[in-house]
Amino acid sequence: MAAADTAPRADDGDLAGLEAGLDALDTAPTARIPLRRLLTEKVLPPVLALTLVLAVWQALVSFRIVEDPARLPAPADVWHVLHDAWLQGTLLGYIWTSVSRGLLGFLLALALGTPLGLLVARVRFLRAAVRPVLSGLQSLPSVAWVPPAVIWLGLNNRMMYAVVLLGAVPSIANGLVSGIDQVPPLFLRAGRTLGATGLKGTWHISLPAALPGYVAGLKQGWAFSWRSLMAAEIIASFPDLGIGLGQLLENGRNASDMAMVFEAIVLILTVGVAIDLLVFSPLERWVLRSRGLLVKG
Amino acid sequence: MTVTTPLAQAATTAAATAHTGATAWAARIEHVSKSFPGPAGQQLVLDDISLDIAPGEFITLLGASGCGKSTLLNLVAGLDRPTAGSVTTDGRPALMFQEHALFPWLTAGRNIELALRLRGVPRGRRRERAEELLELVRLKGAHGKRLHELSGGMRQRVALARALAQDSRLLLMDEPFAALDAITRDVLHDELTRVWAETGVCVLFVTHNVREAVRLAQRVVLLSSRPGRIARQWTVGIPQPRRIEDAAVAELSVEITEELRGEIRRHGRR
Repeated sequence: MAAADTAPRADDGDLAGLEAGLDALDTAPTARIPLRRLLTEKVLPPVLALTLVLAVWQALVSFRIVEDPARLPAPADVWHVLHDAWLQGTLLGYIWTSVSRGLLGFLLALALGTPLGLLVARVRFLRAAVRPVLSGLQSLPSVAWVPPAVIWLGLNNRMMYAVVLLGAVPSIANGLVSGIDQVPPLFLRAGRTLGATGLKGTWHISLPAALPGYVAGLKQGWAFSWRSLMAAEIIASFPDLGIGLGQLLENGRNASDMAMVFEAIVLILTVGVAIDLLVFSPLERWVLRSRGLLVKG
Repeated sequence: MTVTTPLAQAATTAAATAHTGATAWAARIEHVSKSFPGPAGQQLVLDDISLDIAPGEFITLLGASGCGKSTLLNLVAGLDRPTAGSVTTDGRPALMFQEHALFPWLTAGRNIELALRLRGVPRGRRRERAEELLELVRLKGAHGKRLHELSGGMRQRVALARALAQDSRLLLMDEPFAALDAITRDVLHDELTRVWAETGVCVLFVTHNVREAVRLAQRVVLLSSRPGRIARQWTVGIPQPRRIEDAAVAELSVEITEELRGEIRRHGRR
């Protein structure tokens, strides 16, 4: 080898020591946020905001600013309705009917939206043809799909899933497309020199690199799934379909029972937020944190 | 070695000879020209470059802006095709960039293992080999580290280990230390010289830093600008280990800098 003329290094140990010193100096220490700070900075503010909303609500009722309970029930009334539903054992049934529909619909949307997004991102003709349609569908409120879905598919679960899919698939596909578009060209070049071309390149480089955009799309896709489902349940409420949260709201309206309407609204809101907090936010944080994209503090 | 890149067809023939026996060169650049479409028709970037690179040789390519250094490196890497002439390499070359270009969704060790996997190293041997390579660049124990936990110099060393994981006879480096601070760069020069001596890999190193070129190379190739042509070559006889502040390094650097400035001045007169 041509390198054989290199003399053995006398200062090899020096170099190792120097390098270890540099490494230690240049590496920023990372520490976990203490629990106390986490509580005061992350948990306390939303709890305070919620308390404030409840206080204003209670004040509106207590000081008789809104007198008619058919317009605005007291927080306690809504609580009683919720409590009764729990005691009767129907509360979890309402929630499960909607959540199972929502999650199954979302999984279907995931299975359709992912390959669609990949195709649109990779095939130039499809991108030109389909991308504007996807963006357009995203801005169309999915309630608009309920009447045609009822006419095409009838009043059944299939119609619900169709509306959920039309709401969520564009978000998921669009998220993946913009995720792939934002992959730095350097990664693709580096991948190619390592031998990741064609499908290997997609699997090892493009897809993992696009993950942050994809997860953002999933998060939005879930929000759209849930909204579409509620719209479908409210408009197409039919006794044979079982009572989900949307039907509960519609039943409350038909019975002019404002406490029941509020019960349904509170539940819809809670479930939507809970699934985002329990599933999608941790997923997003994990993706960003492992890439060093999340600023701590 | 199998080369699947359609752009690296030239390399395929060389890979075939690599099976039958070692070639007399790590890369062969023969009358290579490259032009790109520009505002005023075709713009000639490289003009009739010929360069034979011996196995295990350390060459630095030096030139001012617009000399087509990076274009030439892309051609050798098989990422682009020459307009005229041919580039033949002994297998697929490894390439290191100015940015570390490591994948942030993988740990340091996994980045190296991905390179091994794409090369076809069986699963059971990847972990062990990755640890060896990390030890070679003196990052023992960094296997599970995330990139944002490493300093700039450490990332560039992981990138070096990943490039070495390709087990290529030719390592192309595109200004790999340009974005680092002077102290770290100095240490990495020592490190690269040591790794080069230990592995016997051939290095083609692009830089615009004359001192760096002289500090590292056995041969310095000066390119002229617009279009890029080989202006002059120097064989560097100063024994390794060298230091960037050595008098002999400084002396040759002065000579090469004069020549480089002369090349640059010609453009002002036009």
